[in-house]
Amino acid sequence: MNEWLIGAALAFVVLSATAAVLTRDPARQAVVLSALGLGLAVLFAVLQAPDVALSQLAVGSALTPLLILLSVRKVSRRPSGTDHRESGGGKEEG
Amino acid sequence: MTARTRLIMFLAAAAVIAGFFAAACSRLPPFGTPDHPYAARAVAAALAHRTANTVASVNFDIRAFDTLGEESILFGTVLGATLLLRRARDERHRRAEAERVMPTTRLFGTLLLPVTLVVGVYIVAHGQLSPGGGFQGGVVLATALHLAYVAADYRALKRLRPLTFLDVADSLAAASFTLVGLAGLVAGGAFLENVLPLGTFNQITSGGTVPVLNAAVGIEVASGLIALLAHFLDQAVELTDPDQHETGGD
Repeated sequence: MNEWLIGAALAFVVLSATAAVLTRDPARQAVVLSALGLGLAVLFAVLQAPDVALSQLAVGSALTPLLILLSVRKVSRRPSGTDHRESGGGKEEG
Repeated sequence: MTARTRLIMFLAAAAVIAGFFAAACSRLPPFGTPDHPYAARAVAAALAHRTANTVASVNFDIRAFDTLGEESILFGTVLGATLLLRRARDERHRRAEAERVMPTTRLFGTLLLPVTLVVGVYIVAHGQLSPGGGFQGGVVLATALHLAYVAADYRALKRLRPLTFLDVADSLAAASFTLVGLAGLVAGGAFLENVLPLGTFNQITSGGTVPVLNAAVGIEVASGLIALLAHFLDQAVELTDPDQHETGGD
């Protein structure tokens, strides 16, 4: 039973990591990275490393994608006059 | 360099790494066995210092010096980000506006923020007993505060976030880790030796210096990450380049 769980979690990590590499748009990549972080947290949990799973969950699936999204938002606003999504104050990305 | 040369260089490097990695892994203990040479020694050492969570004992007692390095890395990161992301002379400051939020989102954030803060403090305080500790609880504390941004707006988050105080707390917590280490030296032992009374096994006060160091790391990680995110959020929400203010402000 446990072997199957480890195998499934490992397969998910490999698939989502490959997907993260193949995704070209940084904003989408942040979402895929978040899924990868979640998969890694599950993998660490089934490998009986709950301490690492907690860190991974907090940093890998919440903090890193947030920092990437904030950086993308700042950088993509550079070319002036091309971005019309500013009217809402950009609440949806925070 | 052409794509073909790059591919050949990658394959050569990958082959070398694969060879050495396989050779190193062949000497490891087999995967998933009940007894493990390092685990047996670590559990015995943790029990000797009456720390229920062996991982916390390894991180904050047996190899606390490694954790001091890790903690300094985070402190340096926050310091570097603060320096790099400070407001430049040509950047315009646009005050964040009050924003409307869906009532359900507001309710969700208002209910969840205090619960998440308590969970964060719990994880920091019980690091020596159960999975968790200063790093994990600190990140939970830092992200909990940002529920205010999700549930209300950036102004609400700024009111909840005394940055000057957090910067001081970050530095003091980072320094106190070293001070606890020096206390071991003063008490006649070695740097970062566990010199405090060990307490009763499986109680919140057990483990000697482990809960103290956990608290220091918890405060440092929480305030450091809030400061780090604050600089990123300021850049993304409030600071605009001079040439884009016609389109940026509404």
